[in-house]
Amino acid sequence: MIDWLRSLGRDGIAVFEKIGRGNLFLLRTLAGLPEVLGRPRLLLAQLYSVGVLSLLIILVSGLFVGMVLGLQGYNTLVQFKAEESLGVVVSLSLVRELGPVVTALLFAGRAGSALTAEIGLMKATEQLSGMEMMAVDPIHRVVAPRFLAGVLSMPLLAAIFSAVGVYGGWFVGVGLLGVDDGAYWSQMQAKVDLYDDIWNGVIKSMVFGLVVTWIAVFEGYDAVPTSEGVGRATTRTVVHGALAVLGLDFILTALMFGD
Amino acid sequence: MQRTPIREPGTTDMDAAQPNTETGDDILVRIRDMHFSRGERRIFDGVDLDIRRGKVTAIMGPSGTGKTTLLRLIGGQLAPDRGSVRVDGLEVPRLGRAELYRLRRRMGMLFQSGALLTDLNVFDNVAFPLREHTDLPEAMIRDLVLIKLQAVGLRGARDLSPAELSGGMARRVAMARAIALDPMMIMYDEPFTGQDPISMGALVTLIRRLNDALGLTSIIVSHDVQETASISDHVYVISEGRVVAGGTPDEIERSDSAWVQQFMRGLPDGPVPFHYPAPDYRQDLLDGAQEPRP
Repeated sequence: MIDWLRSLGRDGIAVFEKIGRGNLFLLRTLAGLPEVLGRPRLLLAQLYSVGVLSLLIILVSGLFVGMVLGLQGYNTLVQFKAEESLGVVVSLSLVRELGPVVTALLFAGRAGSALTAEIGLMKATEQLSGMEMMAVDPIHRVVAPRFLAGVLSMPLLAAIFSAVGVYGGWFVGVGLLGVDDGAYWSQMQAKVDLYDDIWNGVIKSMVFGLVVTWIAVFEGYDAVPTSEGVGRATTRTVVHGALAVLGLDFILTALMFGD
Repeated sequence: MQRTPIREPGTTDMDAAQPNTETGDDILVRIRDMHFSRGERRIFDGVDLDIRRGKVTAIMGPSGTGKTTLLRLIGGQLAPDRGSVRVDGLEVPRLGRAELYRLRRRMGMLFQSGALLTDLNVFDNVAFPLREHTDLPEAMIRDLVLIKLQAVGLRGARDLSPAELSGGMARRVAMARAIALDPMMIMYDEPFTGQDPISMGALVTLIRRLNDALGLTSIIVSHDVQETASISDHVYVISEGRVVAGGTPDEIERSDSAWVQQFMRGLPDGPVPFHYPAPDYRQDLLDGAQEPRP
């Protein structure tokens, strides 16, 4: 019993230690952002790696999610003779929820895991130590550009996801199932609010981008510098990132859309 | 070999990467009563040692005695639990981040793995500290990088990526990078481990030549006794958290300490026993014979 309590206490302390390290790490990363803005080449390289290389999976996923929404939405709405509202259902589902959330989950799996693995391997091969000994702060030089690239990329990727999804819903609803083209677009324009829907969706994607990228770069930097340690850190990035996104989504949705 | 002083914008000659001998102190690194532990394990238990300017000093000892840890303590990547680590008159554990980074610009370190940046080619790896710490025009950086690469014999390998280099070549590139800012001191962490005879010969010669030509102070951490002793001016042998012997290679060779003799001659048995502590061999076998089969 005593051993169990001791083990519980030790694990609890380790969790709080890690949270503390993560917060200090975030502060140091934020302190490095002005330096990144002064070196746009570093940022552009990471925007390409984190954002542009994630584009294909976002485009394909957005298209399929939109097509599924179009099909499911039509099957439900047609029972109430309300299939002309399909554009509203598809677009609101995407810009409020599925765009930010699914993009963040995909982002954690594609870009987040890559960031963790890259930084973790740099640590395992002493590249980060080497930088420190060359008087180059690896948090400013390696972490901060990747962090900023992730935070900037996420809202753009979520916007692209939603836009492609709307076209996917249009393809199925209008192209295949015969919903009126004008009704699809005009109802969407009439019902989707710039502030309540689109802007709140953008805020969500910015928060998700910050949290997922923070988890990814921190897990890489904090990884045990062995191949097994980097593997575990990569797994933690995807699991913790996904849980954080889903948990935060509920909180943000309650704050934004709850009465 | 030409020494190329590099100065940061806004600094004076005195601030540049030159040894500070203003105090007239011949000792560049002075460690006193230094204690360091990792968790429950005590690594150093009252280490005292001096590294003299302009000399090649070897720190030797069996694997796991904390030789690499000692370099990290000198470089400020770790802080001792107790005691003093002074480099060029500065108490390293008490330095703030900015002061520590200023000191590190005057140090070079060669990691066992080379620690080359894998997303940069050889040229850009050597140029990395110059681009980070100076505002030199690209044409001058090119010349400086080629001078450093020529010094280690790899000017022709400038376009290769780290993945295309052999272990010995990677360490030579790392040496070129370590001398890019003309440091006052270079620390070598196991530079000879896993090298073929030709690469090892090249590294041995380079360490000594660079030290003398550039007026450096070199610290070599190694357990390759013959190679390290052949180029060292002074040798410390550490074991079980303490310096057990110190002197010139000849003095260490003639040491009457059984432990030092075992280490220097590579004897399999002695004060460091061949057998891990175990119960009596004969009794152990007999006990096994008497135990019932499961």
